[in-house]
Amino acid sequence: MTRRTLNTVLALFAVAMLAELAWMGQAFAAGAAEEGHDFISQFSIFLLAVFIGYYVVWSVTPALHTPLMSVTNAISSVIVVGALLAVAVEASEAFSFSGHWLAKILGLVALILASVNIFGGFLVTQRMLAMYRCKDR
Amino acid sequence: MSGDLVALLYLAAGVLFILALRGLSSPETSRQGNYMGMAGMAIAVATTLAVAQPESALSWAMIVGGIAVGGAIGAVIARRIAMTAMPELVAAFHSLVGMAAVLVAAAAYYAPEAFGIGATGAIRVASLIEMSLGAAIGAITFTGSVIAFAKLSGRMSGAPILLPARHLINIALVIGLVACIVLFCQEQTPAYFWAIVGLSLLLGVLIIIPIGGADMPVVISMLNSYSGWAAAGIGFTLGNTALIVTGALVGSSGAILSYIMCKGMNRSFISVILGGFGGEVAGPAGDGEQKPVKLGSAEDAAYLMKNASRVIIVPGYGMAVAQAQHALREMGDGLKEAGVEVKYAIHPVAGRMPGHMNVLLAEANVPYDEVFELEDINSEFPQTDVVYVIGANDVVNPAAEDDPSSPIYGMPVLQVWKSGTVLVNKRSLASGYAGIDNPVFYGDNTMMVLGDAKKMTEDIAKAL
Repeated sequence: MTRRTLNTVLALFAVAMLAELAWMGQAFAAGAAEEGHDFISQFSIFLLAVFIGYYVVWSVTPALHTPLMSVTNAISSVIVVGALLAVAVEASEAFSFSGHWLAKILGLVALILASVNIFGGFLVTQRMLAMYRCKDR
Repeated sequence: MSGDLVALLYLAAGVLFILALRGLSSPETSRQGNYMGMAGMAIAVATTLAVAQPESALSWAMIVGGIAVGGAIGAVIARRIAMTAMPELVAAFHSLVGMAAVLVAAAAYYAPEAFGIGATGAIRVASLIEMSLGAAIGAITFTGSVIAFAKLSGRMSGAPILLPARHLINIALVIGLVACIVLFCQEQTPAYFWAIVGLSLLLGVLIIIPIGGADMPVVISMLNSYSGWAAAGIGFTLGNTALIVTGALVGSSGAILSYIMCKGMNRSFISVILGGFGGEVAGPAGDGEQKPVKLGSAEDAAYLMKNASRVIIVPGYGMAVAQAQHALREMGDGLKEAGVEVKYAIHPVAGRMPGHMNVLLAEANVPYDEVFELEDINSEFPQTDVVYVIGANDVVNPAAEDDPSSPIYGMPVLQVWKSGTVLVNKRSLASGYAGIDNPVFYGDNTMMVLGDAKKMTEDIAKAL
């Protein structure tokens, strides 16, 4: 493939992406207006948290970058709240292939995976941090 | 519980997570920070249970059982895992976050009422977009991390796998993915949802397979970042502040680590993603001829170091592979007893993940105030009598500074060659992971001590 064709493909790709994004943005705005969806306030929280994360993480000492990765891993498992909501869905007594049963089972698997991560992540971080010692000890 | 109280509790959890990361600015405060993270997680889980109010015994059994099973597995892994295996453990954990994001998105799709995002077949468009983005990034994180795990744990070769026209395939996949998201938002049928997941799973594999072993520190930080964005996507779907804040924190954390790793290798993020660098393939090996090297024994090395007044130890991935950190600490202790000043110098990309060497040295009880980063110690090499390079290669390669034709030209390196004597421990005279020959090995002031890092270091310690 020549560089020229690659560039053309990339340009077409970029145009397509922009069109999609515009469509999505419009859909977002429409949805937000229709149902009073609090997208903007959530997005503000998100954006500010990105900046907090930026400054906090730059202040992490490079020696602790591995614990940083394991602890970020543990806290991103707060996705467990979604799993709990799904497991708590009330479904009919007998098992059936209904949406609610599916949600419950998917939620259970997600709950197990997230729990592995929460316990594993925090405990392995604790184990690592306990090893960092100063000279006088 | 009132809606405001719930929102405040989730916000509190988010703040505790910020403090958990803040604690890592120094080792003294880090342990406390970790407890704050745990507290935040406990608040988030308790609040969710109070909100969801599961009624049936079955739901409670599933919740308690799920946490017990997952928690037990996690706790056992956390206790048993060897510190040298941290990179693959972190990769495996990232894959779990990714999978959990996919599953939660699917659950939200099948039971939208429980998540307050509309009714089946009439889910809000904004929620559908958030859900599909969360699922897509989650799925990419999942398969990407599985591949990274396989490469890091040696279950798969670290060599890059380059498919012909792989960029075109990836672009086609992304276009297909976006098309599926658009159709999913319009039609809301399960087929499109699973198509999004399927395409993303495939994309995750294709993104990571062309990236070679030497670029793994970037990949693992990048996947860390992705797992955060996936969590944030789900956070928007659920309208959950704790999840949005955490996702943003983790996302930017991983992005910063990727940036630091790229800078440590003087490579652009794009060139890492495009792949093809590193792996065990030997590149242009200098002149290809055997140049004369000075070989030495453990006794020679011990004699040189014992009679030095300042020694700097430069560990690399080879130390991790040989599990030589404890032997290295013993050697360091022996030198300190002999009145030698010992310091450790760590390159940002030494090892297979950010901070890999620091953890291993900490495990071996090396005090962290003897361990220095590149910028802090590089000026000290000229005043150093002996440098002991153990299992490191590319990070001490002067070609990065003076050979513009070198693939690693421009990468910041530890200037070990400026010291009195350089002792290089390697298994053999082969080139490093980047497949580049290292002029330090043939330097006049260099002595090669060939052999297994652990055995050689033990022998030196004995000979002291």
